Amino acid sequence: MPTDATQPLLSVKDLVVDFKTRAGNARVLDHVSLELSAGKILGIVGESGCGKSMTALSIMGLVPNPPGKITSGSISLDGKELTGLDEETLCDIRGSEIGMIFQEPMTSLNPVFTVGEQIAESVRVHENASAQAAMSRAVEMLKAVDIPEPDIRARAYPHQLSGGMRQRVMIAMALACRPRLLIADEPTTALDATVQAQIFDLLQELQQETGTAIVLITHDMGAIAELADDVAVMYAGRIVEKGPVSDVLSRPCHPYTQGLITCVPHLVPDPPLQREALREIPGMVPALTNLGSGCAFEPRCEKAFAKCKTAKPELIQIADSQLGACWAPGSDNT
Amino acid sequence: MSNKNLVVSDLKVHFGGGKKILPGKKPTVHAVDGVSFTIPAGKTFGVVGESGSGKTTTALAIMRLVDITAGTVTLGDTEISALEKDELRAARSRFQIIFQDPYSSLDPRKRAGEIVRQPLDLMSIGTPAERAEAVSELFTQVGLRPEQQHLFPHQFSGGQRQRIGLARALSTRPDLIVCDEPVSALDVAIQAQILNLMSNLQQELGLTYLFISHDLGVVQHICDEIAVMYLGQIVEQADRVTLFKNPKHPYTKALLEAVPTVHNNKRNRSERVRLVGDPPSPINLPKACRFASRCPRAEARCHQEIPPLEENEAGHKVACFFSH
Repeated sequence: MPTDATQPLLSVKDLVVDFKTRAGNARVLDHVSLELSAGKILGIVGESGCGKSMTALSIMGLVPNPPGKITSGSISLDGKELTGLDEETLCDIRGSEIGMIFQEPMTSLNPVFTVGEQIAESVRVHENASAQAAMSRAVEMLKAVDIPEPDIRARAYPHQLSGGMRQRVMIAMALACRPRLLIADEPTTALDATVQAQIFDLLQELQQETGTAIVLITHDMGAIAELADDVAVMYAGRIVEKGPVSDVLSRPCHPYTQGLITCVPHLVPDPPLQREALREIPGMVPALTNLGSGCAFEPRCEKAFAKCKTAKPELIQIADSQLGACWAPGSDNT
Repeated sequence: MSNKNLVVSDLKVHFGGGKKILPGKKPTVHAVDGVSFTIPAGKTFGVVGESGSGKTTTALAIMRLVDITAGTVTLGDTEISALEKDELRAARSRFQIIFQDPYSSLDPRKRAGEIVRQPLDLMSIGTPAERAEAVSELFTQVGLRPEQQHLFPHQFSGGQRQRIGLARALSTRPDLIVCDEPVSALDVAIQAQILNLMSNLQQELGLTYLFISHDLGVVQHICDEIAVMYLGQIVEQADRVTLFKNPKHPYTKALLEAVPTVHNNKRNRSERVRLVGDPPSPINLPKACRFASRCPRAEARCHQEIPPLEENEAGHKVACFFSH
């Protein structure tokens, strides 16, 4: 598949998604723009309700409609527009060109089919493979995700596997048709740290081998630091900061990004004897139905001043390739 | 002031066992298999480990919410593990628990105030008027507004619900609060609020915490002493500075290395040691080091003998043959 080197594989432009709720119209995504080149990993971070999972669902064409609706904007995969496609075409794309890994492997696997059958299903559907060929691909995929005795495990049901194994099965399923884009929505949140490390290693290995681009959705800045090339920080449906991981983590310009990094107790090899209170981000995420005209983060921001209440900051260039949406961007002594 | 230390000694919790209808014995799950530790009053003791390591079962056993197979649990002068029925119920005012999931641990059909008040009603603490006042006070104490008592749990956010859980645990003025993953279901920004609240309450009220978590960053921040559990046993135990500065057990090292931090970047991840596989099943446990099958340093001896948990430096206990 020829890909223009200069053109990003995935390009989301000014995506706006609205949900009708009883409390009024909720703008869950507000002019979100993202680019991802082949072979790269893009991280999206934020608190629950910030729109990170909704971004993933929009790309997959899975926004529940009604009540949700893509109001404007475009999503293109390798130059092909995905918004406005009919369900049948979307079904062809899902699984074959875009794979997805969900957060909870137990609820996303079907308990009454063996894991081999579930992996083989997408191969049969998308590649018209025979049942036998699809099954041998399933075994091959299980082997690729480091599951011991893959031909025996293919006949196991989800409940017979551990959490880490199930997530490996999910990855095998998502990658069975060799998609060019993989969306991983909190792939390790339900797992132990040691298993999480294994899954990260696996994702990175597979990504280097196959050149699949990955959108990694997480709330863990540590995971972003370890895996991603670029990161987008979302708050209340908007991207508030975007740029290369090393820049954003070392010089976060948005107070929310700074807060996200400092409010987590980070593991250090040499903890000080005196413990300081953690820096908090006070308050909580606002309701999306009445965000007002100012910056959505203003009520929780310690640097807020008059202008923040009245005008919404646009996402503008702060440094070389770092973008931020703040009236007083600046790095903090983090 | 009487002594309020929590002393857990050789605690065992086994599930199953006994006869079943078909021939053969039911398998016994050794969920907690000989755990001992002491928490001095007013301190926070952390228990970390992977899922299935027995950390939650330890917490539940101390709370007397699962049956204890062997061993004793003593809080101050009271042997919690020996109490029965009414005595146990009366003693429960001294030890309370907060759960991991703030959604399923609050009754959806009761108002927040009633949830917090319930322990006081059940244990007949104070007069009804005093109870109402106590509830308002508790709400303020955990950072909620007293008028929010009249709302139902679904009207609160996750962080606020965890505050209600905390208020409920505090209502009987306990000495010990068992915290089973109290912040792992919360967003990172809210986690910090709850952790700070917990430390402030500890200083104000002199609470003792048993803090169960799999998040080592959180444990390092909040605990004074930490035990690492693997398959029902403590494999390493030390104060917070020593454990992280000088981990001795290969399992502790692997756990520490597995944690992603913002100080690591993509380039230096590959150099680290990784644990492979999953922990073995707690049913057929080897009569040897339980970690040997996953241990990068294991030798023949590790597969034959059980390494005892020994103190090899002041206050630093390790169960490994190679820790010296």
